[in-house]
Amino acid sequence: MSQPFRLREGGRIDRSRRLDFRFNGRRLEGHAGDTLASALLANGVHFVARSFKYHRPRGIYTAGEEEPSALVEVGTGDRRTPSCRATQVPLTAGLTARSQLGWPYPGFDLGRVFDFTHRLWPAGFYNKTFKWPGWNVWEPMIRRLAGLGHAPRERDPDAYEQVNLHCDLLVCGAGPAGLAAAQVAARAGLRVVLAEQDGDFGGTLNQDAIELGGMPSGQWVAQVTQELGATPGVVLLPATTVCGVYDHLVTTLLQRGENTSWRECLWIVRPRRILLATGAIEQGLVFPGNDRPGIMLASAVRQYLNRYAVACGRRVVIATNNDSAYQTALDCHRAGIEVAAIVDSRSEVREELRGALQDAGVPVHPGSRIGATRGGRRVRAVRIEGADGSSRGGVATDLLAVSGGWAPRVHLLCHARGRLHYDPAQRCFVAARVPYGFVLAGSVSGMAGLQTALVSGVRAARQACRELGFAPPSTELPIATRSALEPGVTGEAVFAASRQRQWIDLAHDVTLHDAELAVREGFDAVEHFKRFTTSGMAVDQGKTGNLNAFSALAAITGRAIEAIGTTTYRPPYVPMTLGALASAGYGERFAPRRYLPAHVVHRHLGAHFQDYGGWQRPECYPREGESPRASIERECLAVRNGVGVFDNSPIGKIEVRGPDAAEFLHRVYLNDVHGLETGCIRYGPILNENGVIIDDGVFARLAPDHFLVNTTSGGLGRILGLFEELQQCDWPDLQVVTDDVTSKWANFTVAGPLARDLLAPLIRGLDLAPQALPHMRLGTGFLGDLPVRVLRVSFSGEASYEINLPADAAAQALGLLLDKGEPLGVTPYGIEALMLLRLEKGYLHFGTDTDGMTTPDDVGWGEIARRKPADFLGKRSLARPGNLDPGRRQLVGIVPLAADGPLTPGAHLLLGDSRRLPQPTDGWITSAAWSPTLRRHIGLALVRAGRSHLGEVVTAFDLGRRQAARLVAPTFFDPQNERLRT
Amino acid sequence: MLRIPCPWCGLRDQSEFRYGGPAERQRPVRPDAASNEEWSAYLFYRDNPRGEYRERWWHEYGCRQWFAVTRDTVTHEFAPGGPVTGGRAE
Amino acid sequence: MRGYSGFSLLRHAVGGHRGWPRAWRQVDRPAARYDVVIVGAGGHGLATAYYLACRHGPLRVAVLEKGWLGGGNSGRNTQICRSNYFHPESGAFYERSLVLYENLSDELNFNLMFSPRGMVELAHSTEELEIFRRWANAMRMNGIDSEVLDREQLRRQVPGLNLDGRFPIVGGFAQRRAGLSRHDAVVWAYARAASAAGVDIVQDCEVTGFDISGARIQAVQSNRGRVSADRFALCVAGHSSHLAAMAGLRLPIESIALQAMVTEPVKPLLDTIVTSAVVHVYLSQSDRGEIVIGGGADAFNSYAQRGVLPVMRETARAAVELMPCLGRMRIMRQWAGVCDMAPDVSPIVGLTPVENLYLSTGWGTGGFKAIPAGGETLAWTIANSRPHELLRPFQLDRFASGCLIDEGAASGVAH
Repeated sequence: MSQPFRLREGGRIDRSRRLDFRFNGRRLEGHAGDTLASALLANGVHFVARSFKYHRPRGIYTAGEEEPSALVEVGTGDRRTPSCRATQVPLTAGLTARSQLGWPYPGFDLGRVFDFTHRLWPAGFYNKTFKWPGWNVWEPMIRRLAGLGHAPRERDPDAYEQVNLHCDLLVCGAGPAGLAAAQVAARAGLRVVLAEQDGDFGGTLNQDAIELGGMPSGQWVAQVTQELGATPGVVLLPATTVCGVYDHLVTTLLQRGENTSWRECLWIVRPRRILLATGAIEQGLVFPGNDRPGIMLASAVRQYLNRYAVACGRRVVIATNNDSAYQTALDCHRAGIEVAAIVDSRSEVREELRGALQDAGVPVHPGSRIGATRGGRRVRAVRIEGADGSSRGGVATDLLAVSGGWAPRVHLLCHARGRLHYDPAQRCFVAARVPYGFVLAGSVSGMAGLQTALVSGVRAARQACRELGFAPPSTELPIATRSALEPGVTGEAVFAASRQRQWIDLAHDVTLHDAELAVREGFDAVEHFKRFTTSGMAVDQGKTGNLNAFSALAAITGRAIEAIGTTTYRPPYVPMTLGALASAGYGERFAPRRYLPAHVVHRHLGAHFQDYGGWQRPECYPREGESPRASIERECLAVRNGVGVFDNSPIGKIEVRGPDAAEFLHRVYLNDVHGLETGCIRYGPILNENGVIIDDGVFARLAPDHFLVNTTSGGLGRILGLFEELQQCDWPDLQVVTDDVTSKWANFTVAGPLARDLLAPLIRGLDLAPQALPHMRLGTGFLGDLPVRVLRVSFSGEASYEINLPADAAAQALGLLLDKGEPLGVTPYGIEALMLLRLEKGYLHFGTDTDGMTTPDDVGWGEIARRKPADFLGKRSLARPGNLDPGRRQLVGIVPLAADGPLTPGAHLLLGDSRRLPQPTDGWITSAAWSPTLRRHIGLALVRAGRSHLGEVVTAFDLGRRQAARLVAPTFFDPQNERLRT
Repeated sequence: MLRIPCPWCGLRDQSEFRYGGPAERQRPVRPDAASNEEWSAYLFYRDNPRGEYRERWWHEYGCRQWFAVTRDTVTHEFAPGGPVTGGRAE
Repeated sequence: MRGYSGFSLLRHAVGGHRGWPRAWRQVDRPAARYDVVIVGAGGHGLATAYYLACRHGPLRVAVLEKGWLGGGNSGRNTQICRSNYFHPESGAFYERSLVLYENLSDELNFNLMFSPRGMVELAHSTEELEIFRRWANAMRMNGIDSEVLDREQLRRQVPGLNLDGRFPIVGGFAQRRAGLSRHDAVVWAYARAASAAGVDIVQDCEVTGFDISGARIQAVQSNRGRVSADRFALCVAGHSSHLAAMAGLRLPIESIALQAMVTEPVKPLLDTIVTSAVVHVYLSQSDRGEIVIGGGADAFNSYAQRGVLPVMRETARAAVELMPCLGRMRIMRQWAGVCDMAPDVSPIVGLTPVENLYLSTGWGTGGFKAIPAGGETLAWTIANSRPHELLRPFQLDRFASGCLIDEGAASGVAH
């Protein structure tokens, strides 16, 4: 029969929809509304996993996110997902799941050998052994044994979404307290977000058979949900877990998609208040053999029964230290499941409970505990013993429902630096300090009855309303006419000696023996204890076991649990999918591409594009059949012999204006600014206060109170920030404003001996003759109808005109230049050719020939810096001993000795003919290439006291290769700058 | 994520801002007269307090104003800020 | 040290593991007087104590720890050990540390799970690859192993790496001897060995002040009483400025938070440490199977041991961009450590203007790998009252002289 453990009636599943699924290859059936766990249990499948360390059979322990055992791999191919909690996987048609550990197959696992030899592997065993013959021998084996499930090997095919949201109140948890609170807040007019990790609102109302105002609780939930849904400004988020609270209440929520185009959605909510109504988590019980399949939390048994109409067994024994598990007994009895015994560690049991169970014919054993269990793949029998260890007989059973008390879900509070203290009356950690912006409702602040939870929800919401300046409305609450039993007085945790192992952390296979060993070896500080035993460090982060672990530590050390404290809860509350955290911010969206204003023209020209500082820039323009190398050399020669056009639009452009503009720049630049006349241009470096060059470029005086500053394209942000900081914070007395105009102006460099021949007929209103517009001067005119600014500056060593014009006319202007230049053979050239041209000329390229240590003197600017009388940024640092050291590296030229050997950028140098390594380096080659103009290999290098070693032979080392080279002056082409004067 | 109170724009996400270090740094009035030690004290030495710290932030992707604000370096709580007063002497 | 071995494990298994001794002696109250008092029982403090007691003894040494030993950055880092530094000064120091790591499990009789699985830095442009080549050659000049890798080599060595992402990978550079070592084990092993050598390790002992007369410290005040000594050392990453201020010192240090996160454990997926400066992420897989993910530091001063959300998301984006198969994996835990950053991001270890106060700080985001050499050289420095040869470049005076050792700067980054 299909689903033999499904009850005939009841539950919130859709019995009309049958869903087929596969588990470990077995074809099974469940219903819509099931989770994978409830569907497995409906089919009588308890043994679903092997444990992490000892490969012991494990079952389904809980019904929620706190699950420590039932981790399964779901899906196939690139959608295969490891370590899914079976309790949280909604059942879908065709779902495929499998156990994660177990070789050759889960049912028969050779890994069980670790269980049989468990005495050899106590906590921390790996610290003491595997040293001989070497960890590297053992590590591959250990690595293969560790790990749960397999990560997919392919790109995740699913999509993730991200939503940002502001709200007044974020209500975490839509149980009774959360719903009542959300209703009040929504009625008061607050923008409310209500998040619930379950797919259905209701919380414990879905778990237990509860009546509110004489009606099934589901009706009240539906009614409140409907009202909230109809209230403007309210956002309802089912299937959404609040994962982390960060500074200033910024919160991450993860929503699971169902029938959506996305798999998961990351909500980043910025609430003004957070109302925690997250409830509590039932804790396990520690007793001998407490890990077998068929041993489950009592609340989970109840939830499977009431919500999914699944009987987790035919004959149940209940072990508890509080009253709440008695509800499980009553519900099981009502559903026709035989309740074989209740084992209560407390010596006193409330008379009314005893009575109720006596009526049901259930034997209650107060002051007793489980002494041992039996059963391989499923619990078969338990032995009950008294507090003194005396046997009270064995009971055959196929289900052991346990309750070790309740721990409030205070994790989010701790993310926000809330502090906890141990409440001995409730035997759990509760909030000692509620952080700013939080209000608590329901059992998160301690277990209370349903009615109390509803009232506290209203009270908390009213408090939030008042704090935010909203008038709280009056509300009428339903009266709970039938509710579940509350825990009442919770008994002390009892740890008895036994031959059987007692697990304090199911997920990491940590036993009471391990805890004792940890204390014996001195790992008794709670964090040492955690790290030594690894208790609470598994994927469930100890949600059902932490309290027992701390109790065990307290019992073994004889300290009070208050004195032990807790470990720190860190985000995320439940593991978060990396893809959702990244929410589509990868691939093409990892970083936006910035395109040149004339991008279409470059594409049309067949440019090879490369990313330079975020800009897509032409590297070169190979013709058909031409290699990039050949193209670069052709472009280079065209500039040397004819005319070329380079798109320099990304260059940083900052306008500096005001009566004190000159003084401002004079304090910034290493060289003189006051003396620069209107219409003139100067090149200079900018230093930081540590004396290191942080950018270089030209600046032009457009008017006495108006400058245009060029920065490197990558340095624009840095320099702009510096300018604005100086102007606003440090020199507020200077009357000056700065404005970034980079994207407003396109910039084309027309360079080469024929540059003027190309431009002269095209530019109106500006005389380009060398005497009218010499090198380092600027003027304005028109290119066709376009107003342009023309700067005579050169990074190629050729006569060169930088045409600045409005960016939106860039494509048109570039088209015009190429069109009109065709008779002259105008050649577009890319960055690679430009780099060659500047290298031939010995012009340094910031960031290539300089690094974060390069000072002006290193690159030949020392004299100019020394001659400037006024202070400027970084000047003082240039006078420190470290800066005056004659052994500093200096930029020089370098050529290979053998005519055919190319130099390698990145090769290190030793002065003289050196053979032996290691030796302190004397420097390195920063740039090197084959010069098509000079037809030889050339390079630049930073060399210790390089300028005093010109003409000497050095040895270059590159990854084991050795080469002789000679240091030379850095200018290889036109050292007299004759070409610039034409 | 920090929510930073820009004195001109109100509470904004951290991603709109750039951090600028201590709010007031006393640059030697005459750097050339300062000793190497005095100069390095200005360049590198910091109070680095655990607790309240007055520091510079730049609302780069907003009003582009630099401002000074006091923040607790443990809790990250901000007190309301204002313009930077007293920067580098010149 | 002896006592831990496969054989002893077997022997103790017979006795139900009841016979294991404490890893380190419990010391509830410090004595009134020691030769050396070290503040901070992290890796550096414990290693310093161990080498002092073993190599420079007999000395009475105490390590005072505010919380539990190893509770600071020693227990919250990403476990990477490497010596791929550019400058000869750094290379010599970190290489010494790596060499010590290679034999440390034996020396301390504690399996530190040192796993030299190699580390690869990815280059996303030819310019970056040139700088890596400069770097790799610098290491060879320093006598340290390095390799430059092409795309094919990377494809083979790091399956799952996305070579053609938004910033295509053009190559990389590797140090094969770099690796991982279990962080808690390093701390515990030094604590055990130091304690066995007679060092008093006092936990829950917070230093509240120094008794100073003249230019010397006479004693520290703590919540467990006054402790006097001849020499004192501060090994308190994340608290350096605070404690130095108690001794009247101002430091060139700023504290920032660096965060990391781990995924749920999976079967072996990643066999090397992979880092990318352009994409801003580093990845490795722990022996337990968790993918350990680190990224950039939070860009403001902070003493909060928690990371900010934007950096966490940037790091997640980078991880998925670099290894798209990680997209479906889940982040289990995130945390942060407080890093003491010097202006040149190099350590400051040695003497201070206070005559008998020694300092170990400025380890930035990489103090873990420096623990063995940091302890060894600081111990020598304390014992000899002058900086160990390897530490000479890392003294406080470099900030006045301008002789900075800027590793970030060497890779072409001006900052």
